[in-house]
Amino acid sequence: MARPITVREAISQALMEEMERDENVFIMGEEVGVWGGTYAVTRGFYDKFGDKRVRDTPIAEAAIIGGAIGAALVGRRPIAEMMTINFAFVAMDHIVNEAAKLQYMFGGQFKLPMVIRAVGGGGRQLGATHSQTPDAIFAHFPGLVVVAPGTPEDAKGLLKASIRSDDPVLFIEHSTLYQWRGQVPEGDYTVPIGKSKIQKPGNDVTIVTYSKMLQQSFKAAEQLSKDGIDVEIVDLRSLRPLDMDPVLESVKKTNRVVIVEEGWKSFGVGSEVSARIYEEAFDYIDAPVKRVAQKEVPLPYNAPLEQFALPQIDDIIAAVKEVKK
Amino acid sequence: MDKQEHLDLYHQMVLIRRIEERSAELYGQGKIGGFLHLYIGQEAVSTGLVAARLPQDRFITAYRDHGLAINCGISAREVVAELLGKETGCSKGRGGSMHMADVEKNFWGGHAIVGAHLPIASGMALGDQYDGNDSVTVCLFGDGATNIGFFHEAVNLSKVWNLPVLWVCENNQYGMGTTIDRASAVNKIAQKFKGYDIGSEQVDGMDIMAVKKAAEKAFKRIRSGKGPYFLEINTYRFRGHSMGDPERYREKEEIVKWQDEDPIGKYRKYLTENDIATVEELDKIDEQALAETDDAVEFAEASPDPAFEDLYKYMYAEDYS
Repeated sequence: MARPITVREAISQALMEEMERDENVFIMGEEVGVWGGTYAVTRGFYDKFGDKRVRDTPIAEAAIIGGAIGAALVGRRPIAEMMTINFAFVAMDHIVNEAAKLQYMFGGQFKLPMVIRAVGGGGRQLGATHSQTPDAIFAHFPGLVVVAPGTPEDAKGLLKASIRSDDPVLFIEHSTLYQWRGQVPEGDYTVPIGKSKIQKPGNDVTIVTYSKMLQQSFKAAEQLSKDGIDVEIVDLRSLRPLDMDPVLESVKKTNRVVIVEEGWKSFGVGSEVSARIYEEAFDYIDAPVKRVAQKEVPLPYNAPLEQFALPQIDDIIAAVKEVKK
Repeated sequence: MDKQEHLDLYHQMVLIRRIEERSAELYGQGKIGGFLHLYIGQEAVSTGLVAARLPQDRFITAYRDHGLAINCGISAREVVAELLGKETGCSKGRGGSMHMADVEKNFWGGHAIVGAHLPIASGMALGDQYDGNDSVTVCLFGDGATNIGFFHEAVNLSKVWNLPVLWVCENNQYGMGTTIDRASAVNKIAQKFKGYDIGSEQVDGMDIMAVKKAAEKAFKRIRSGKGPYFLEINTYRFRGHSMGDPERYREKEEIVKWQDEDPIGKYRKYLTENDIATVEELDKIDEQALAETDDAVEFAEASPDPAFEDLYKYMYAEDYS
């Protein structure tokens, strides 16, 4: 194992290594080049690769995603960056009506080797339009691949896998996760798309989560262990395809489940996961499945109010204790 | 142009006309589902454009795509089979009338959301420019598509990055049932391109030779590295926007007047008056096109539906199981 690196460094390394590996890989998006990326993920890339492979675009999201689709169709491997996932709504048609459909609708003739990197999440006082976690909306569409890693190791490995995939992948990052540190394997490696993972083994309660809430769940688990509750954490990592096997295995062991997500509860990731648990492991459940999620309002600017609306570590602890009763 | 080339183009136009007429019948019989947008009246546009291309040039268009599919070399059988939703269709029965494509023939669809394929066209041209090859992407769209945001994002990007795109507006005077002057701030679409510093030419879309000539010039210009160019091709659809269009928005007289400009009739006249072909030779091609259409319908009707067990096939290129 190498030294611990941040999620930001992990993503940056994945991009760098894949661009060095394959001439067809290039980056396009708002302020990815001269500026170095508004989250500094691509700092230094413009100087190294030049304006052909690190392309600053107009602020025109349909042109960014549509352009990436076209370049992918003819054999390049574009990485299109949405400065924030909230801007992806401007390009919604190209994401859900084109990228998610072209391969199927034309009978498998087209390949779409493209990645859309998009930063989401709340907690930075950016106001309601810039703070959303709309992951479930995108995961709703068959034909799209949606991944959302929560550790540096998975961020690097999943991004490399996404870039090498011949399918359109929405790669969701979390804006408050970039500083999170962790070990990553040495050298070239990938993490398979569509595979959930037990991030922490335990015996008493299963927490199903992903992305930023994985870290919140780790913190909750630490405190819960002091109270003698041994939590198992299953990280979904990919939302579509959704791998339920590790979730169901865990549920069959612990018989108690809490699902933690940052997005709104209604029609969310937790809704889907809990429905599948009830459908496929009903006989193993000893307490109603609990969901921890964002309160159902547009996220307010005021800092304490924003935090109150977002799921907190204490909310996770309370939910785990309730299903453990 | 030698005689055989002329006869080939005439054949393509007549074949499109016959297939479209037969499609209308098949639609009436309930054998074609969904929406059906006929290309009747506009045949000279796609035929002339494709006649001017090199094999590496790519075509992409909107939902009125049967004609371009034929011109690009998709067989009548595969086109009709797609209309009937059969496994033997060019999109394996998953796409239908509005979603025909054949990557091998450099025809990239068939896109049904108005204007959405324009950014994709810019992207294809970007991919080729990145690769350093000399392909030109030809993107066809209707006058109605020039009022949507996608149009402006795509056209702007093509100029900013000097992309090898030939933008082609098939101006058939109506966006569904709304005339240009009721939907667009300017009557001449070229004016919008001027706003992006992109040069253009007005073309008579009922005259295949005019279309071909303008396209050849445009291809040459773009291939020399001068960036995007625009052709505004004025044409007219003789049928409604789609099947079931009540056509309350135009008078019969207008349609009759345009029918004097029928691109097939005009080309026939051109070929006979210039002693390129005899009436008998052209009649023979007409018969041949009719026979091909009969054969295509027979083939399509006898073809199998896609199998239920293949429902999920083609959704992803990778295997995630």
